[in-house]
Amino acid sequence: MQTRTASSDEAPAAVDGPLYEARRKIYPQRVTGAFRRIKWIVLFITLGIYYFLPFVRWDRGPNAPAQAVLVDFPNRRFYFFFIEIWPQEVYYLTGLLIIAALVLFLMNAVAGRVWCGYLCPQTVWTDLFLTVERWIEGDRRERMRKDARVLTLQTVTEKAAKHAIWLLIAWWTGGAWVLYFADAPTLVKELATFEAPVVAYVWIGILTFTTYALAGHMREQVCLYMCPWPRIQAALTDEEALNVTYRYDRGEPRGSAKKNALLREQGQPAGDCIDCLQCVNVCPTGVDIREGANLGCIQCGLCIDACDGVMEKIGRPPRLIAYDTDLNIRRRIEGKPTRVRILRLRTILYLALIVLVGGVMLYALATREASGVSVIHDRNPIFVRLSDGAIRNAYTMRVLNKTREPRRYVVTIDGLPDATLEVVGESPSADGRALVEVGPDQTQEFRVLVTARGTLPPAAALPVTFRIDETTGGGRATATDHFKGP
Amino acid sequence: MAYEKMTQDGHHGPQVDAVSGVATTGHAWDGIKELNNPLPRWWLWTFYLTILWSIAYWVVYPSWPLVTSYTKGLFAWHSREAVEQDLAALKTSRGAMMDKLAKASLAEIESTPELLTFARALGKPAFGDNCAPCHGAGGGAHGYPNLNDDDWLWGGKLDDIALTVRHGIRAGDAEGRQGSMPAFGRDGMIPRPDVEAAADYVRSIAGLAVQPKADVARGAKVFAENCAACHGEAGKGNRDLGAPDLTDKIWLYGSDRAAIIEGIWNGRGGVMPAWANRLDDTTIKALTVYVHTLGGGEK
Repeated sequence: MQTRTASSDEAPAAVDGPLYEARRKIYPQRVTGAFRRIKWIVLFITLGIYYFLPFVRWDRGPNAPAQAVLVDFPNRRFYFFFIEIWPQEVYYLTGLLIIAALVLFLMNAVAGRVWCGYLCPQTVWTDLFLTVERWIEGDRRERMRKDARVLTLQTVTEKAAKHAIWLLIAWWTGGAWVLYFADAPTLVKELATFEAPVVAYVWIGILTFTTYALAGHMREQVCLYMCPWPRIQAALTDEEALNVTYRYDRGEPRGSAKKNALLREQGQPAGDCIDCLQCVNVCPTGVDIREGANLGCIQCGLCIDACDGVMEKIGRPPRLIAYDTDLNIRRRIEGKPTRVRILRLRTILYLALIVLVGGVMLYALATREASGVSVIHDRNPIFVRLSDGAIRNAYTMRVLNKTREPRRYVVTIDGLPDATLEVVGESPSADGRALVEVGPDQTQEFRVLVTARGTLPPAAALPVTFRIDETTGGGRATATDHFKGP
Repeated sequence: MAYEKMTQDGHHGPQVDAVSGVATTGHAWDGIKELNNPLPRWWLWTFYLTILWSIAYWVVYPSWPLVTSYTKGLFAWHSREAVEQDLAALKTSRGAMMDKLAKASLAEIESTPELLTFARALGKPAFGDNCAPCHGAGGGAHGYPNLNDDDWLWGGKLDDIALTVRHGIRAGDAEGRQGSMPAFGRDGMIPRPDVEAAADYVRSIAGLAVQPKADVARGAKVFAENCAACHGEAGKGNRDLGAPDLTDKIWLYGSDRAAIIEGIWNGRGGVMPAWANRLDDTTIKALTVYVHTLGGGEK
């Protein structure tokens, strides 16, 4: 690296810094405390759900999968406990994504990067991989010492064991993934006997690789360089949001415990921070929280645990690093009372939007019909003149039966006087009503002919409503289209 | 990371931006300095990896054009062969239904919902490929018979349609439909005034408005002498000869006086090709069922 003797604005001779940054390896230190405990609990719950959910059974009766959560691509169905989603209902996914985004915004407005610190798969799996690393190779200092030294048989064995276990976890992660797309117990058997479809092995391979690479090797690089959320998050936060904060009003000026205790006795200004760097050592992304809000900080709270441990040892009150705001620090400096405002316009608005979108989705889900119909008017010909002068329009009608039994429907049309309706290939009922039958959990397409014998206005395009009513009562649905004339 | 750079002395290392604590590149434009936030090195390696990937792709797959040929790749993969394999797989998966379709009679196909759906699905693209250029995508083009309506020149039963599709109309096939409308005027069989009178008479029996000065009686005489042989005394047509019903509301070439005079003067004789030698029998069956179920099929 080229050096300069003096900085000068007039003569900006280029300093040739490195074009690419070499990665500084991070050796996060083990830590215990309240936030570490929360992270363990979240890790067990989230990974537990991920790895075991496919095995949860849910009885839907015969001819239906008994898996609680199943994405059935071949049959184009998504099952989630008591909910069954058809492809055309994929807008529920849109609603879920909107809610997910709003919850993310709400978490951010209340307590910063809760998602990043506790819930993000990248964080959870990295945590798991770090635990394995620590268990085999030892804690921070030991790992640093081993990496600095020449390889020995012991360190090589340890590394091999570590990567083997990592790969095993990664492989199981991929294995759990594919179980969401087929009957889990059957697929496990097929996988074990090498009879599973090739695509299953390919996806296990892909997820094994990504898990191993991202949680084992990439780690904080994912948060720093790949993830868009830190960038978006910085634009969404406000000064009232609780963030993992170094309370510099209490911490500065830094000094050794003894020196600061002495100064304190003399009534001189002395901070609680003893510059022990424990907060930096435990950080999984290697940032120094004392520099303030930082893109690299995932706000997992481990530095709070580390600092609390130190404060306890030197006999100072805990929470030198805590969930707090810069606003409160300034207030304390000014001698004003601090305040935490969880309920403010922003959070109330997010909450209201979550309730609104969730409510709309719940309403849509609760009131959705087990029957459905959609209609498309023939594009060519627009209308047909019959030999007696009547005008006929043809439609393609698709009837959905989401129930587990075959259903018969009466098809009628509203909005057209003197009209007759006929379904090609289906015989009408004894009293002349058009009938269609659709098998269980199926859709069926029909060709529907509507003939108008009355006089039509010139260049007519009359709005009409197709109606299907289940013969036994209950299921009904409508679809609108137009009847066109010359 | 930021922590290290903060501790660096701005005078001895790279210039450090006071606000962000990030080293600058030393370049200044109008007093604004560029911060140096270098990409991680693994990013660069990822880029090199993608270049390697593309080279591997050249080797494995066909890629570079040569003068008369191209590099074939390691496995000589060919998109045409891939299509043929897909088509073969499609044929296999359809095999059972195709066999059923080939064995079933037309009436059986229509009375079996499963076969009907299959035949219509097969018939639709076949219609689009072969029939739509004249009849229109949905079978309703002007100047060619509309296949959706209930008016059939040669009959609208399944067997009638199958025969028309197989052997065509005036297509030189001995088994096909033969009759045609003569050019009464052009060939000097009927003088011009009589042609016009006949046209007026035809309009009158169809229930269409006739000019007050029209000589309908004369037209009726001309009709009885020349037209009734094929179209029938009442003008109801004759399907054996493909003579259209002149009393209904459907007019293949239009119902205005000029169009009718044109028809009588120069004759009419649209041609439909015979498809027996161009399409396989199963496809013709599917086409027949498709046309029959467009809306006008007769029982």
